[in-house]
Amino acid sequence: MLRYSLKRLFSLMISLAVASLVIFSVVEIAPGDPASYMLGVNAQPDTVAALRAELGLDVSRPERYLSWVAGMLQGDFGTSYTYRTPVAEMVKDRLWVSLPLALYALTLSTLIAFPAGIFAASRRGKTGDVVVMGSTQLGIAIPNFWFAMILVLIFAINLRWFSAGGFVGWENGIWAGLHSLTLPAIALALPQASILARVMRSSLLDILGEDFMRTARAKGLTRKQALWRHGLRNALIPVLTIIGLQFSFLLAGSIIIEQVFYLPGLGRLVFQAISARDLIVVESVVMLLVFAVIVVNFVVDLAYAVVDPRLRTRT
Amino acid sequence: MTRNLIIGAALSSLVVLAAVMSFVWTPFDYAALNIPDKLQPPNPTHWFGTDHFGRDMFSMIMVGSRTSIAVALVAVGIGMAAGVPLGLTAATRKGSWLDELIMRGNDLVFAFPSLVIAILITAVFGAGAINAIIAIGIFNIPVFARITRGAALSLWEREFILAARVSGKGAARISVEHILPNVANLLIVQGTIQFSLGILAEAGLSYVGLGAQPPTPSWGRMLADAQTMVSFAPHLALIPGSAIIVTVLGLNLMGDGLRDWLDPRLRVARS
Repeated sequence: MLRYSLKRLFSLMISLAVASLVIFSVVEIAPGDPASYMLGVNAQPDTVAALRAELGLDVSRPERYLSWVAGMLQGDFGTSYTYRTPVAEMVKDRLWVSLPLALYALTLSTLIAFPAGIFAASRRGKTGDVVVMGSTQLGIAIPNFWFAMILVLIFAINLRWFSAGGFVGWENGIWAGLHSLTLPAIALALPQASILARVMRSSLLDILGEDFMRTARAKGLTRKQALWRHGLRNALIPVLTIIGLQFSFLLAGSIIIEQVFYLPGLGRLVFQAISARDLIVVESVVMLLVFAVIVVNFVVDLAYAVVDPRLRTRT
Repeated sequence: MTRNLIIGAALSSLVVLAAVMSFVWTPFDYAALNIPDKLQPPNPTHWFGTDHFGRDMFSMIMVGSRTSIAVALVAVGIGMAAGVPLGLTAATRKGSWLDELIMRGNDLVFAFPSLVIAILITAVFGAGAINAIIAIGIFNIPVFARITRGAALSLWEREFILAARVSGKGAARISVEHILPNVANLLIVQGTIQFSLGILAEAGLSYVGLGAQPPTPSWGRMLADAQTMVSFAPHLALIPGSAIIVTVLGLNLMGDGLRDWLDPRLRVARS
């Protein structure tokens, strides 16, 4: 187990190093100099030079990369070109919107997908299965930002159960906060729940054909008992993988959904930074998101090894 | 032929037909402004209604399908053109440093949230259809590389490949002449699915303003325009949304149907 974890940890480090290099290089080859962009076309060359020095743009690329990485390791994400505030602080505030939103959506998706998948698998080929699988096809085809708009139209504009956008802030209580994240979370969760339900169903169907399930039935368990006691646990491994992968879809998806609901999350921060060509913010937020995804996948990998000892010896 | 395949192919060809038709005929000029007729709900003259500039929505949807199809098609093309050779190469040297390098590279690209990177690329190089295509295409590469390698590995164990080796063919020639035709079915199915994902991704990028730029019509941007007016003109959102759903649903059903149809094992199991 220790060897397996160390091996995984090593590849995690490499992934992070390569990811940071790629992101840094992409931003580096961006056309245009941030300093001259900020000061406008009429700026004096010496003013531009002074600002370049202030922003740390006058040193060589490798030096800049190292100081960017070293800074991030200490929680310093640089200073925003436009706001002149530390990026870390801007990110921290926004994270309190985006992260709960992604987790909320993940919870909803799991809560919908598990019963739906189990139900469909237990009614294989019958009407119930066909209806659930048909709905998941539709759920996958629906763009989440469009679904979000329709939710706003129905539940915010017509029924007035929720507000159409904005975030009340956690200082107004946890329920008020969750309430204003409910529509965005539903919009995010729908396609993910559809995918997860399909994985849950096919994984369960695979397990139902296994010998140990036949043994379980032979020793006198009913179909249902066998499914709950032996089937479900074994079917969970592929499902866990998908949940891990979905975290990245949810984080990325929340960037677009935040635009629909005017939520002050990381997504809005990124788009504001893009339109202001505040590349240090874009660079740092993207790195943070990639970091989160890589680390979550690492944790999921370790989680399987705990759940399934067979995996520890493989690779 | 399965039911999925028929329904899926019908829906997909409907969209392709609309795109092809739009080159020679649309009910109205998609770009013609006609303010007096603005925000009309669907009616006999304007089948899908008009937008806030009085433009005919039906014509815009038809022309917009070109953007969606072109972006998704080229993105799948990039994924296949780079991913399939990578997968074939990795499979010829299973376990070698080259295989390891290709597969770890794949894992790395998979670890990136594709939309986030698409946003980074378009942010840095500017918004536009070309950059959206590249951003979506890059993430198709590992998908095709992985699926090709997996299928090729099992083919390399088969007798007919051994026969080809005995007859003196090199690894590259075997890959192209014997492996590739046998993974083609799989690639077509995966291509269909990636195509539908590409359409969703393009719509998302256009919606946030990072995809095709005006005046090129795009379904995603139509939805972005609709957002502030959805309360009094819901058709502005319902129609482009339905166009996306019909296309993606059609492609997914077609992909599922093709898989069932092309996989002889499943065919035997069913009969």
